[in-house]
Amino acid sequence: MKPAISVILLTTLIGAGQGLFLAYYSAEWFVLLSMLKPSQNDANGLAAALSLLLLVAGLVASFFHLGHPERAWRAAAMWRSSWLSREVIALPSAMLLILVYALLKLGAMDMVIFRLGGIPISLSTLCGVGAVLAVCALFVCTAMIYACLKFLRQWHSPLTVLNFLLMGCASGFTLATAIAAWSGDERFAYFTGMAIFLTSCGLLSRYASLVRNRGLRSPSSLQSAIGVHHPTIRQIAQGAMGGSFNTRAFMHSYGSTVLRLVRRGFLLTAFIVPLLLLSFGEQSAMPVYIIAFLLQYLGLLAERWYFFIEAEHPQNIYYQMIS
Amino acid sequence: MTQLALVIDLNTCVGCHACVTSCKQWNTSGEAGPMVDRNPYAAEPTGTFFNRVQSFEVGEFPRTQTVHFPKSCLHCEDPPCVPVCPTGASYKRPEDGIVLVDYDKCIGCEYCSWACPYGAREIDEQQKVMKKCTLCVDRIYDQSLPEADRKPVCVLSCPTSARIFGDIHDPESEASRAINDSAGYQLMPEWSTNPANHYLPRRKVNIKVHEEDLQRADNPLRKEDRGPRAPTTRTTLDDSTSW
Repeated sequence: MKPAISVILLTTLIGAGQGLFLAYYSAEWFVLLSMLKPSQNDANGLAAALSLLLLVAGLVASFFHLGHPERAWRAAAMWRSSWLSREVIALPSAMLLILVYALLKLGAMDMVIFRLGGIPISLSTLCGVGAVLAVCALFVCTAMIYACLKFLRQWHSPLTVLNFLLMGCASGFTLATAIAAWSGDERFAYFTGMAIFLTSCGLLSRYASLVRNRGLRSPSSLQSAIGVHHPTIRQIAQGAMGGSFNTRAFMHSYGSTVLRLVRRGFLLTAFIVPLLLLSFGEQSAMPVYIIAFLLQYLGLLAERWYFFIEAEHPQNIYYQMIS
Repeated sequence: MTQLALVIDLNTCVGCHACVTSCKQWNTSGEAGPMVDRNPYAAEPTGTFFNRVQSFEVGEFPRTQTVHFPKSCLHCEDPPCVPVCPTGASYKRPEDGIVLVDYDKCIGCEYCSWACPYGAREIDEQQKVMKKCTLCVDRIYDQSLPEADRKPVCVLSCPTSARIFGDIHDPESEASRAINDSAGYQLMPEWSTNPANHYLPRRKVNIKVHEEDLQRADNPLRKEDRGPRAPTTRTTLDDSTSW
């Protein structure tokens, strides 16, 4: 498949935004459960606002993918059958809930509404539960858009969903580490530990999908595509001299050297280098964590680019030679 | 349930592209707006087409055959492009099984084209909506046309009658009979999309000519030849009445 830049931006930006929200909200629960010490310098509201900003940026990027962005509202209609439609519902829902959460936190309008076995449940905590559900649904919807296409064999795997979830959370927790370093948050160690854990899991799961995809063989062939069962078939004309949508949208012209470089590049910048930087362990060294996040984000851009390149569309069988 | 479809005979298709040009002419002139081209008269001409003819060489020289292969939307009975559409712009008509795109609802996200294993859908670069073969839905029900003309224009234009149009769920239709009699098949059956359009395979046409067909044993002319004949030595009436 040809990489769609706006979709690459959408999936990576909202992934980081979702991860960031989960990072701060999970830390809040650990504090409520007394498993973490409360922080004097927490930036919960600010982190939620930044998370919202990332989601908005992703949404804006996605509009550039559409031929008719003014009709985008229609995309919520087919939620019964289409994962894209479900994403179109999950994304604004998550944004709305995170917006309310951020307003409650930043505007100091939060209040405890009831106690659950001694744990004070505030309005924002309750709102956060909804946001977590929306964020998780969004991860699944975004990944299933790709994973549900059964003849794009490189995508059609539970690993796709796991990868989206782990890589989104990893980048979000790395960003949380950077914010915690900046604000002097006492829960810094939690964010760092989780960022290292999620980045490692992401590396394992993404590597597993690379290994899986290397051995994939499509059941389609030129024989099944035109229904002529002869071992030797050669295309001599594809029906268009100057290319067509079919040759522009589903093919790329990158050689194996470029692909190998990108593959190694994203494994390094999205996973290995951030892991090394996160292990630095010095909360005062804020630039290190900012660089770790930026590098990881760039790496994930390359990873998503490669994700598209990796997928082989069976329609390409029909377009092997111009004439 | 009706399922309209095309049955394309690869044995008779000569690759003349008449179906391609007539399809473009009919559909670019319709109510749905033009199917635009880019650089139509310059280098690298490209544009939107619902139907294309591809050519394949089968076998190794000198024992080769050229197979011309017209390719358009197959109007699958389980179309993978329809459920993925987020707006419902892509739909399969329950009354006749035609898969259509509502150009007024399409947001141009291209997701349906990712979901079609055949590459049957093309985005129109000017209108920015997804387009595909409509089986000439604006022709086949048009009461103002003579009944013989209520067929997809590619079928009407085919000079070798390689394209048959009909309801493949009606066992008595010409299309169904062609599929049954000539081993019609579907493309990429491995994805269980169940395409409605079928293709008829290349067939060896051998005519066995027997010697007796050339030299008929019971040739009536020869029988007549061997029939009774008047002896030439006898005097005829003309001889005796000569004066």
